Amino acid sequence: MTNSIKEIEGMEVIFIIGSNTKETHPVIANRMIKAYRKGAKIIVADPRKVPMVRFSEVFMKLKPGTDIALLNGMAHVILKEGLHNKEFIEAKTENFDEWKESVEEYTPDYVERITGVNKDEIIKAARLYGGSRKAGLFYTMGITQHTCGTENVRAIANLVMLTGNIGRESTGVNPLRGQNNVQGASDAGCLPNVYPGYQNTEDAEVRSKFEKAWGTALSQKKGLKATEMIPAALEGKLKALYIMGENPAVTDPNTHHTVKALKSLDFLVVQDIFMTETAELADVVLPSACFAEKDGTFSNTERRVQRVKKAVNSPGEAKDDLSIIMEISKRLGYPMTYGSPEDVLTEFGQLWPTIGGITYQRLNKEGIQWPCLTKDHPGTPYLYKDGFKKPKIHFHAISYAPPAEITDSEYPFILTTGRNLFQYHAGSMTRRVKPIETHAGEPYVEINPEDGKILNIKDGQMVTVTSRRGKINIKARITNSVSKGTIFIPMHYSEAAANIITNDALDAHVKIPEYKVCAVNIKKAG
Amino acid sequence: MNKNITIQVCMGTGGIAAGGSEVLAAFESLMREKNIPAEFKKECSMHKVGCRGLCAKDVLVDIITDDRRTIYQYIKPEMVERIIDEHVVGGNPVSEWEVAEDYHKFHEKQVKVVLSDCGNIDPEDINAYIAVDGYKAVEKVFASMTPEEVIDIMKKSGLRGRGGAGFPTGVKWEACRKAEAGQKYIICNADEGDPGAFMDRAVIEGNPHAVIEGMVVGAYAIGASKGYVYIRAEYPLAVERLKKAIKDARERGFIGKNILGKGFDFDIKIKLGAGAFVCGEETALIASIEGQRGMPRAKPPFPVHRGLWGKPTVINNVETLANIPYIIKKGHEWFSSYGTEKSKGTKVFALTGKIKNSGLIEVPMGITLKEIIYDIGGGIENGKALKAVQTGGPSGGCITTDMLDITMDYESLARVGSIVGSGGMIVLDEDDCMVNVAKYFLQFTQSESCGKCVPCRIGTKRLLEIMDRITKGAGRQGDIELLEKLSSDIKAASLCGLGQTAPNPVLSTIKYFREEYDAHLQGKCPAKACREMLTYHIIEEFCKGCGACLRACPAGAITGEKKKPHKIAPEICIKCGACFDVCKFKAVGKE
Amino acid sequence: MKKLKITIDGKTIEVPENTTVLDAAKMADIAIPTLCHHPKLTPFGGCRLCIVEIKGIPRPVTSCTTPVSEGMEVTTSNPQIEDLRKTVLELILSDHPNDCMVCEKAGDCTLQELAYFYGIRENRFAGERRIYEKKDGNPFIERDMEKCILCGRCVKVCDEVQGVGAIDFTYRGFKSKICPPYEKDLDCEFCGQCVAVCPTGALTGKQWTMKGRQMGVKEVDTVCSYCGTGCNITLHVKDNTVVRVTSKEDTWHEGWLCIKGRFGYTFINSPDRLKRPLIRTAPEGQSSPDPLSLFKEASWNEAFDLIASKLSGIKSKHGADAIGGLSSARCTNEENYIFQKFIRAAVGTNNVDHCARL
Repeated sequence: MTNSIKEIEGMEVIFIIGSNTKETHPVIANRMIKAYRKGAKIIVADPRKVPMVRFSEVFMKLKPGTDIALLNGMAHVILKEGLHNKEFIEAKTENFDEWKESVEEYTPDYVERITGVNKDEIIKAARLYGGSRKAGLFYTMGITQHTCGTENVRAIANLVMLTGNIGRESTGVNPLRGQNNVQGASDAGCLPNVYPGYQNTEDAEVRSKFEKAWGTALSQKKGLKATEMIPAALEGKLKALYIMGENPAVTDPNTHHTVKALKSLDFLVVQDIFMTETAELADVVLPSACFAEKDGTFSNTERRVQRVKKAVNSPGEAKDDLSIIMEISKRLGYPMTYGSPEDVLTEFGQLWPTIGGITYQRLNKEGIQWPCLTKDHPGTPYLYKDGFKKPKIHFHAISYAPPAEITDSEYPFILTTGRNLFQYHAGSMTRRVKPIETHAGEPYVEINPEDGKILNIKDGQMVTVTSRRGKINIKARITNSVSKGTIFIPMHYSEAAANIITNDALDAHVKIPEYKVCAVNIKKAG
Repeated sequence: MNKNITIQVCMGTGGIAAGGSEVLAAFESLMREKNIPAEFKKECSMHKVGCRGLCAKDVLVDIITDDRRTIYQYIKPEMVERIIDEHVVGGNPVSEWEVAEDYHKFHEKQVKVVLSDCGNIDPEDINAYIAVDGYKAVEKVFASMTPEEVIDIMKKSGLRGRGGAGFPTGVKWEACRKAEAGQKYIICNADEGDPGAFMDRAVIEGNPHAVIEGMVVGAYAIGASKGYVYIRAEYPLAVERLKKAIKDARERGFIGKNILGKGFDFDIKIKLGAGAFVCGEETALIASIEGQRGMPRAKPPFPVHRGLWGKPTVINNVETLANIPYIIKKGHEWFSSYGTEKSKGTKVFALTGKIKNSGLIEVPMGITLKEIIYDIGGGIENGKALKAVQTGGPSGGCITTDMLDITMDYESLARVGSIVGSGGMIVLDEDDCMVNVAKYFLQFTQSESCGKCVPCRIGTKRLLEIMDRITKGAGRQGDIELLEKLSSDIKAASLCGLGQTAPNPVLSTIKYFREEYDAHLQGKCPAKACREMLTYHIIEEFCKGCGACLRACPAGAITGEKKKPHKIAPEICIKCGACFDVCKFKAVGKE
Repeated sequence: MKKLKITIDGKTIEVPENTTVLDAAKMADIAIPTLCHHPKLTPFGGCRLCIVEIKGIPRPVTSCTTPVSEGMEVTTSNPQIEDLRKTVLELILSDHPNDCMVCEKAGDCTLQELAYFYGIRENRFAGERRIYEKKDGNPFIERDMEKCILCGRCVKVCDEVQGVGAIDFTYRGFKSKICPPYEKDLDCEFCGQCVAVCPTGALTGKQWTMKGRQMGVKEVDTVCSYCGTGCNITLHVKDNTVVRVTSKEDTWHEGWLCIKGRFGYTFINSPDRLKRPLIRTAPEGQSSPDPLSLFKEASWNEAFDLIASKLSGIKSKHGADAIGGLSSARCTNEENYIFQKFIRAAVGTNNVDHCARL
């Protein structure tokens, strides 16, 4: 997030696209509701009638995978009505005129035809967002988990640059992180192309800095992304995989494919707190400590580094991940000896000055939002106050293209996936919480009443959902939440795992899979 | 044969209950069926009118001919034919059915402002209202007055809120006028909830256009473009007449867009209440219109600053609004010529209880209670002795016989611990137990408490429990002091007017009838009204052994042979009083 | 912002415009008792405990609803006020089970604390008490409406903060009650915000019934491990078991949590937790309904040795790039840092990633 969660309550306009905030980030939704109570206008764009729609001024129920058209359409209206921020565009951006031409064709009528959203709503949304200079934009995986994920994000960036809604308090772009420490894992360099602090592995100067700090030569070769490791395993290029706290056998798209890849490995280590679907495939399973059993830090979606404290001892002989990795590293001839987790953070901070001012002692009360450069730096609630890294940011012309898989007579429905309020991700935690299982322990597929009627499917009946990659049996839930022609399955339930049928087509740039759109068929089971 | 005959049948709720619809139907059908010359029929009109006050004598029928008005009382459908034959056609009134002197005495000391057209015009006919100068006030303010001038007249008239609190209407309007906001509202509070009160109901049923006209004037004065009438759903007739009146007024351009072509917009919506007493409280009423549960909130801010949907809002009671057209038309001097120094104009009271002429009365402020009870009300029923008059309903208090010279105005009533309130006036006689009366009102307020604040929700419940045990002969030493303490704490600590006044009936009866409380604590109900404290027995010398009591007793507590004195077994008797009621020989005694 | 000068109990202070008398008193370190007020919710004015006297106003007013005005003179305590407060408390307690011995909330209950401070032993107003036979069947929140004092906090938090409105006041008078529509079982988002703001034992978590109150319970402030919001939570630990999760009002997210953060903690002490290292004994590709049967328990040394030798073997045979590491968004910064360092420095490849895309 470029803003802080606290700042949400000061926003005039809140534009939520591809985020079911009320269910996936409920406490952030609380802040949005607080803003709403203070008079903020909320715009929601989503293929489903998500709960935040209750608080919205405008709701655009778009067809899955048509975000670019919608965003370009809004930009078109903002330009037509002269609501764009000329000073900002002049001072801080480049390529505006070329880009401007590229949105010329996205008239409200044209966009209505692509997205299924009434043009009046598009115009209304554009006027609201474009008319405000204190607007926050929010998105999550509904934007990124597409083959055009990167382009979706660029289309968002264009809209933000067009209005200059960034770099001020309560004004910015706010991707919401879905997991507690995605931010931290990325910051810490668990990415194939960057060292800790987003420092490029291909930059020789950077590499030599890390080689010096770590006392060893480092590989110059580009690493594989998670979504590339699976095909590499199948091809026999990747022989061993060490998985710490992940469950790709459920969370990867087209899981049949993933399971096959994991099975084909020579050696698989899984370090986890439960015997997950992935751990079942391992050669060695290591019991680790959960968050309540260790000290350390998490970084949340607003870059707030926060202290995690040990409250209970781990069960049996389970160890914290830090001790486990240090032990194995030692046996591989690279001893790492840290006296405490804080020593690790100190080293991290020396290599990435952005968090250089953070110490455990300083985190005690509220945590600190990076950048925090020195021991007396208060942290940074919102980014880009003093401009961007590059002198000018670029308008990228983005054009709408249909998703990788489109519906046809054999697979006439669009499946989109996501979370519900009650369960979490692959469910290894929440599905072990009894009241949650009692209340929301059953997988389901949301089907529009009209489709239900045509297919003669009633609420509560079992149906079979089939895609080109697999099929699952699942209970139907008839609801207006989804539009005709679209169905929704939550990802949490391994007994009817949505990802058996999802498409593993990837975004060309960042290799994110297209969880949000695939073509399926539904039939009554039996 | 008469010419130009008007037949008016009272069809307020009281009139309808007594058979007014049937009487009017009888007139209509008989006039049709009877062999009456067509030319004559043309000259003869028949219509309903709203409440005219003396409900005790319903159905009241007026036959108005060229030269005189004849008023009939207690009319039933079967009597209609003779009236038509002898009076309408024959020209000779049926004198033995005409109202007697008491009817005229009932009206003699009344002054009708609010009710001046009520009972004289057809409430469902806007032309009837216009014919008596209706909507002239609207025409006048739009033609020649600024909103400030309207407010000034209201202030000079001295009109105070008739809903109970008595706040000067002009001052309220002025505060709202001065509040800056794009949208303002005027609300007519027709959530009349006091037990025994029916003033507002009668006004709306009898002359709904006067209320609408008052609202239009008020809206113009404060600058409101929207108005609501908050009326309880238990008043179906009033709602129906009001709906029609609003529709007719809109068609005639007295409300709606661009009223009288003067560029002012104002329209009225009806909002039905679900019969919660507390919704008569302004802030609860507002919450209810907003779709919330009707619970009061703390003031300030007052509704004139932050009211409906957070916008400046004036809330006026029905009677207050119905005064306004007359004040505008006749001037503030005329209005303030009635009443006392601080309480101007007239007040409508619902006179009920043990009074001969029960009904709706309008009297000038400052009239004495004695005049109301004896001159207008005709005294106490069945020759019993007056014990007290309860005014102000569940929020009010009692006035005793030695205070009958008290004048009816806001200040005097407050001085003796009662209130004008919305205008309920219940007359009590020697058979009424004051402890029981207080308990009755408390039962009402307790069950109508919204539950928001502790003193009202639990405090009134505890008061009621104490009152209950006292009336059951289970009172404890110290109960009276406990009642006084708890009452004063509830009054001091409650959130809204409901709780702040709920203990008034208790405090007032303790103040003036403490000896009745003491008697209860000693096991006696002096008025013999608290059943559970009574024992029933047969007085042998009067008992004829007819067996009526034996048959009436639901508990089988009475035994005895025919024509011999019967006996009541006290251990079986459930003290229902059925034997006492059926005995023709006064042979059942109660102590 | 405009500042107003007011006097509270003889102490003159300056406070911003629109401050309530209650908040102004707090700024002056003067405590006023209250049950229905909650700093994050709109004022209610129902409990009547925070009444104060203000010069020029004939009757006591609730300090939670009254904004300050210039020159206002406030008395927060005198015998009359305290007497009224005592009556109000006695009235509340006259309709309360007073079973603090077995109440989940004992020791952390505002009502109990006030009864203690006002020394209420006898009750002048003892009388009928509300009795509710039907219990709410939802799996998360225990709703003991006999303990409810109708302060309205739950109703407001559900509406104002959560935007749900699952409950409201129903009935009138003494029978007033807070419940879901038609008195059905609660069916809502189960965020438990209502539980967090309840000042008595009326609303508690079903999971924490009889698991421990204050005695011997340690509180540890940490961070929720579900979504990326990173709410601050406090784990209540008794005998090495997490028995409850709460969040403090003064956290940056105002102490609000969601169903997962508040109720989704029992996995920590789940019997399914892995307790010892496991080494696969079943052939590659075999699966079982009881996955543990595919493995044998091993010592840490055994497991470490096996991993080290396998990874070394693959590295020397196929090169370091034949090895990959997937780290986790569930682990700490420190663990992620050390993991990528391990993969890069010890194994020697950049094949390291985590689930940011999934």
